[in-house]
Amino acid sequence: MSPPLKGWPKALWRVAGDPLPWSFAALVALTLGMPALRPLFAALFPELDRPVYQQDSFAALVMAHLSMVALSSAIAIAGGVLLGLWVCRPAGRAFRPLFESLLAMSQSFPPVAVLAVAAPIIGFGEAPALIALVLYGLLPIAQGTMAGLDSVPASTREVAQGLGLDTWQSLYKVELPLAAPVILSGIRTSVIINIGTATIASTVGAKTLGSPIIIGLSGFNTAYVIQGAVLVALLAITSDQLFGRLEERLGAWRTRDATDAGAARFVQVSGR
Amino acid sequence: MIEFSRVSKVFDGRKAVDELDLVIPQGELAVLIGTSGSGKSTTLKMINRLVEYDAGTLRFAGEDVRHFHPETLRRRMGYAIQSIGLFPHWTVEQNIATVPQLLHWPKPRIRDRVTELLELLHLEPGQYRGRFPHQLSGGQQQRVGVARALAADPDVLLMDEPFGALDPVTRAALQEELRRIHALSGKTIVLVTHDIDEALGLGQRIVLMEQGRIVQQGSPLELLTHPASDFVRDFVGRSDIGIKLLALDRVADRTRHDEAVGGEPIASSSTLREALSAFITRKVDRLPVVDEQGRPAGTLHFCDLLEAQA
Amino acid sequence: MKIHHPVQLLLVGLMLASAWGLPFLTHAPNRLLTGTGIELAALLRGERLWLLVPVLPLLMAPFLTPLRKTGLAVAIAASLWLAGLTWLAGDEAARLAGGPDSLVRTSFGGGFWLLFILAGLQANDALRRLNGPGGRQTLAQLAVYGPVLWLLLSGRLEALSVLKEYANHRDSFDLALWRHLQLVGLTLLPACLLGSALGLLTFRQSRARGPVFTVLNIIQTIPSIALFGLLIGPLAALGKLFPASGLAGIGLPPALLALTLYGLLPMARGTLAGLQQMPEGVIEAARGMGLSPRQRLLRVELPIALPVMISGLRVTAVQAVGLAQLAALIGAGGFGAIMFQGLLGSALDLVLLGVIPVVVLAIAVDALFALLVSLLEVTPR
Repeated sequence: MSPPLKGWPKALWRVAGDPLPWSFAALVALTLGMPALRPLFAALFPELDRPVYQQDSFAALVMAHLSMVALSSAIAIAGGVLLGLWVCRPAGRAFRPLFESLLAMSQSFPPVAVLAVAAPIIGFGEAPALIALVLYGLLPIAQGTMAGLDSVPASTREVAQGLGLDTWQSLYKVELPLAAPVILSGIRTSVIINIGTATIASTVGAKTLGSPIIIGLSGFNTAYVIQGAVLVALLAITSDQLFGRLEERLGAWRTRDATDAGAARFVQVSGR
Repeated sequence: MIEFSRVSKVFDGRKAVDELDLVIPQGELAVLIGTSGSGKSTTLKMINRLVEYDAGTLRFAGEDVRHFHPETLRRRMGYAIQSIGLFPHWTVEQNIATVPQLLHWPKPRIRDRVTELLELLHLEPGQYRGRFPHQLSGGQQQRVGVARALAADPDVLLMDEPFGALDPVTRAALQEELRRIHALSGKTIVLVTHDIDEALGLGQRIVLMEQGRIVQQGSPLELLTHPASDFVRDFVGRSDIGIKLLALDRVADRTRHDEAVGGEPIASSSTLREALSAFITRKVDRLPVVDEQGRPAGTLHFCDLLEAQA
Repeated sequence: MKIHHPVQLLLVGLMLASAWGLPFLTHAPNRLLTGTGIELAALLRGERLWLLVPVLPLLMAPFLTPLRKTGLAVAIAASLWLAGLTWLAGDEAARLAGGPDSLVRTSFGGGFWLLFILAGLQANDALRRLNGPGGRQTLAQLAVYGPVLWLLLSGRLEALSVLKEYANHRDSFDLALWRHLQLVGLTLLPACLLGSALGLLTFRQSRARGPVFTVLNIIQTIPSIALFGLLIGPLAALGKLFPASGLAGIGLPPALLALTLYGLLPMARGTLAGLQQMPEGVIEAARGMGLSPRQRLLRVELPIALPVMISGLRVTAVQAVGLAQLAALIGAGGFGAIMFQGLLGSALDLVLLGVIPVVVLAIAVDALFALLVSLLEVTPR
């Protein structure tokens, strides 16, 4: 990946080559310091009267965005993991094909469509956004849970049973920990999609980081669009990187002696 | 200890095990052998109720296995399968401690037990305790698997092709290990294999199965000298039965203690098969024998190999 | 009676519940007023009761022995029931329609949608048992909706408000369809070429794997609307610098660029995975027989990797159909334009007019590629 480095250049490369600190620092700095960039935007877009979005503080928008994603993801995680577990158990196994067809079908439903259909029926605001986010977030999580449980070798399950673990102990001591990295990568996908869908949710009246983008697009204020877009992009990248870190943690037993962190990360990237 | 009487198991209308009668007394090392699909694994798994039997009765310690709670039953029986059975997310110590933890042993006792077992299986406790399975060789993983099965001092040890995935050298070493543990602990062991040499080398009783039935059971000697049918004869190896017979006995049994010759000695614990090999390669008809400490113990004559087997 | 299919039992239960619990149609004097619900039971009078004939096999489905025959029967019954439901909605809407200038609006209610989806799932579950080759399965699944499509094309549904909206917006609908196809088609070509080139590069140069996939992954992470927004500035600047290039901050160029960037990851991943699943020794053997790197690529590596690569392209294409929906926000048109217009006017029927074609398009594209993959896989190598 890089020429073999030693000592401090290696340490420096490791920090500089890691997107997490960069994106996180940029996110915090821009959230708090966007008004300070006013001269820059004024110079770039001289035709605009108000080059920085000021209806709400960016900190408030980030918080609103995050809390909407957090709430919907929490519900989606609870529901998705339970659903995934249920269709992998003897009791729910018969329903798995049905569930998989539903998942495949919903894949052809763009998230914005869920939002657009929900809004006229239940009214504008946060509610349709939350419903769309939960519904759409559920799928990758359930899928990840199924894939994770499938990845546990049958022999491991059998030996757990053979040693005298009951169904419940086998599930939470052996199967779930082994499936955890794959389940988490489903949650990661779901949260990232939700960050994107929450952005579009401002078209149905929810206040999120999408608000400057939508207002900017409809008012031909490109500066607003850029401000919102940069923050949303940074938010998504930072969250994704954080999840990547967590996945490495949970899967540490797999890569305990793999010293090349880049290789470890690739395993997860391609595993998704 | 374990009694099958007219036990059957049906999978999808096919009889996997067909009216099986088998008694495995306390302290015996019994080997179930057969081709794949012969019902040997199913038979093993019925003992700890991983597979429930359909008809007949199966008793453990005098009581129907169905009267036990499955988990309680399984915790009284050690269970080892091919090396993939280790939990990859747990260290060696956690893996071995699985059943003692389920039985709520106090922590210091578990720790001592892990140390004891690692030593028993010749794994340096300080070095291996904290390792993950993927950091071990195949043979080491299997040693940990056996240690885990022995952890809670079970009444019975069930082993499903435990050495199937190992190379011949490691496999021989572990077989020797198992023989030692059996002699040391006197546990009842039921082992499933498809390798006739493993069965002849380890088993006190060999149960040869085919299509869910027992074709013949008996000591290795009985199987080799009195095969019940052509099937058995083929299975134990028609053309090299003689060689296999030699493998059952040790040099010590045929040594003439009052004689001494010169030359490169052979250990008294070697099998007669190894001795035969030594006679042929060294082109001699007498070999000096030494005991475990390397002291001269007598002489082995080539003609003594021919002495009739009991 | 023995329950052979718990899944069918659940579907039948839900079917009965939604037939009784939810309005089948909603009816309003004009588009500004909230509609009143019409129950399915209220519609089934006189000759319309014949529509219930296919319901019988559907109700029995959970108890039928699992056979090819019974599966096929359930699928046909479901197909007829789908058509019946649709015809009933269209027929009732026509009865309620009034004169040609009437503002009366009759729309599908929640009950209709649920019954429709449940019947579709029953057919899907029943056909799954037929165990044909993958391609034939897909075709059978699509054939279930044949009668509904025929009803739609025959004009018997025109009194329904979604189709009234279609009649009102016919020009913009055709334009949106064309533009949507354009967006998807023009995305696929560069995404396919660039993506497979990246996949090949990372296969040959494993050092490049980490950086390439990190970058592609970060791109995939950025929400689409943000990426559209971020491309406005640079593309507008380029357009000013080179007026002849036709580049602009809004419209087709940023949309195509963004969709292509999103398409790279699935395509590159598919190519790499396809090449990696090559049996060990194949490349050795090819090299040993004296094939040049170029011949190796064209005659050995690509043909073997092709099915997995097409799967990557399938993900790219389905994803592009959905993402193109958002391109309307930066003035690139497509069905998103109709959907957002409906959303702003709070007109559900208009929203549906913008959403349903996209879903159908996504399913069609998906099925097309599934068919292609299954054809490639049965070809003896």
